[in-house]
Amino acid sequence: MEKRVAFNERWLPYLLVSPQILITLVFFFWPSGQAIWQSVLLEDAFGGNSRFVFLDNFTHLLSDKDYYASARLTLVFSALVASVGLGVSLLLAVMADRIIRGATAYKAFLVWPYAVAPAVAGVLWGFLFNPSVGIVAWSLAAIGIEFNYVINGNQALALVVIAAVWNQVSYNFLFFLAGLQAIPKSLIEAAAIDGAGPGRRFWDIVFPLLSPTGFFLLVVNIIYAFFGTFGVVDSLTKGGPAKATEILVFKVYNDGFRGQDLGGSAAQSVILMIVVIALTVVQFRFIERRVHY
Amino acid sequence: MVENRPWLTVLSHAVVLIGLVIIAFPVWMTFVASTHDQQTMLRSPIPLLPGPHMVDNYVQILTEGYGGRFGSSKHTLELGWGPAKISITMSTIAMTMINSMIMALGITIGKIAISIIAAFAIVYFRFPFRMWFFWAIFITLMLPVEVRIVPTYGVVASLGMLDSYSGLIIPLIASATATFLFRQFFMSVPDELTEAARVDGAGPMRFFWDILLPMSRTTIAALFVIQFIYGWNQYLWPLLITTKESFYTVVMAVSRQANVVDSVPSWNLLMTMAMLAMLPPVLVVVFMQRQFVRGLVETEK
Repeated sequence: MEKRVAFNERWLPYLLVSPQILITLVFFFWPSGQAIWQSVLLEDAFGGNSRFVFLDNFTHLLSDKDYYASARLTLVFSALVASVGLGVSLLLAVMADRIIRGATAYKAFLVWPYAVAPAVAGVLWGFLFNPSVGIVAWSLAAIGIEFNYVINGNQALALVVIAAVWNQVSYNFLFFLAGLQAIPKSLIEAAAIDGAGPGRRFWDIVFPLLSPTGFFLLVVNIIYAFFGTFGVVDSLTKGGPAKATEILVFKVYNDGFRGQDLGGSAAQSVILMIVVIALTVVQFRFIERRVHY
Repeated sequence: MVENRPWLTVLSHAVVLIGLVIIAFPVWMTFVASTHDQQTMLRSPIPLLPGPHMVDNYVQILTEGYGGRFGSSKHTLELGWGPAKISITMSTIAMTMINSMIMALGITIGKIAISIIAAFAIVYFRFPFRMWFFWAIFITLMLPVEVRIVPTYGVVASLGMLDSYSGLIIPLIASATATFLFRQFFMSVPDELTEAARVDGAGPMRFFWDILLPMSRTTIAALFVIQFIYGWNQYLWPLLITTKESFYTVVMAVSRQANVVDSVPSWNLLMTMAMLAMLPPVLVVVFMQRQFVRGLVETEK
């Protein structure tokens, strides 16, 4: 799409795009280029000497047991965040969509967790489940379940998933609700006249028509679980106990800043970049298709 | 509604209400904790209802600080000049709130400003490399800070921007989504307006200020809400580039304090800090809900 009417100026357009382009070059392209460059170098921690090692950092990484463990953990983690998050918000959206009176009030109360920083969300849930003062941990102990995310790896992972889902639920909810409200009422009414009950109508009409929204949210949630949950992990568990919650993005940070393994961290960055690019391409191709739908 | 099924309506209300209670519970407990004194919060089980110490806790956090790490130093802010000069003394935590506000507003305003002019150039001018610029901006969508942590830190360090507001703000203000949103909106503006402005002798910048900018109000408002939340909630970036407490953000301060093992933890004060860290973005969402929903839905298109 192009505008018919355009202004004729020689330098003005360059002046107008220059701030955006300058910042993009300095803070996006330059560091990304460096990440790719560093990923083929072996550098000592003080940046003094570095030598070209070609793909050694990558082969080293791919033969590293810790990296595999972290990659597998990230897959499990994002599958959990996406499935629990989408399930809960779909249930809430379908129920909220049925409610006519008070729907806006419910919506108002459901949207604000999005505004809480992931790092603060981690602190909040850590407080609820704190082994010594947490009210939920105390209640669980009262019914005989010992919950201590500080020493139990699976429980730590469960808690990180809960906090991450809580932070993302309002986003999913809003998109599902918008998707539900876009479904023509005549379709539902026609099915009702033909004798289909609410359950049947949901599975045969609503669910298929909602699948584009669901797929879009699936990609968004996977990207969120991969990259947006750093704050949750850092303030809740710091990747522990015993690396039970060390997802890839946390490992990049940990190896690069704490471990001072620049080449290894850069190689991890490059792999993550490929993952994001792949996910973004999937997302855009899909959205394009939805436009022609 | 298609048909009347009372039990299903009751069920809907019940499910949504239970969902609401679960979603609100962490914030409720945080609020409750911020209204008790230290001793009460060490008793087990901790209370479920607010206590009488709310004002004390908030005053202490904002003027004295947490004690220990975030209580050692004070900051003095001087406003005005000459005889009208006033100075306010506050805790490090109050300072981190001001830092967060500066960072969030800086990112928000910066993003909107550079994106709207870039979109204006791309839509309303024909010039060599136009599409090249467009794709250069587009590709930044694919590179979140998280995947290029170490090298971006290196760039910012070599520019001498560590421990500074410019370092907190500038690297985060390039925005493909905002540029796209404005581009999309400008494409929908009728060409007749541009023609009329040209016939009347208005140059491009005059057209931008007097016609395009006022028309973009709703788009700007929607972006403002989304970007303010984005800016306020930044965590990894300030964590990397700040070493001085006077440049910490409040989200960082909360997370750091939560990970310090005190001999006698002050849960009441920590949760007061958490409340303060949540308050501004939550208020923005609650009071600008329509713009928030619009911004959320449109920036994802």
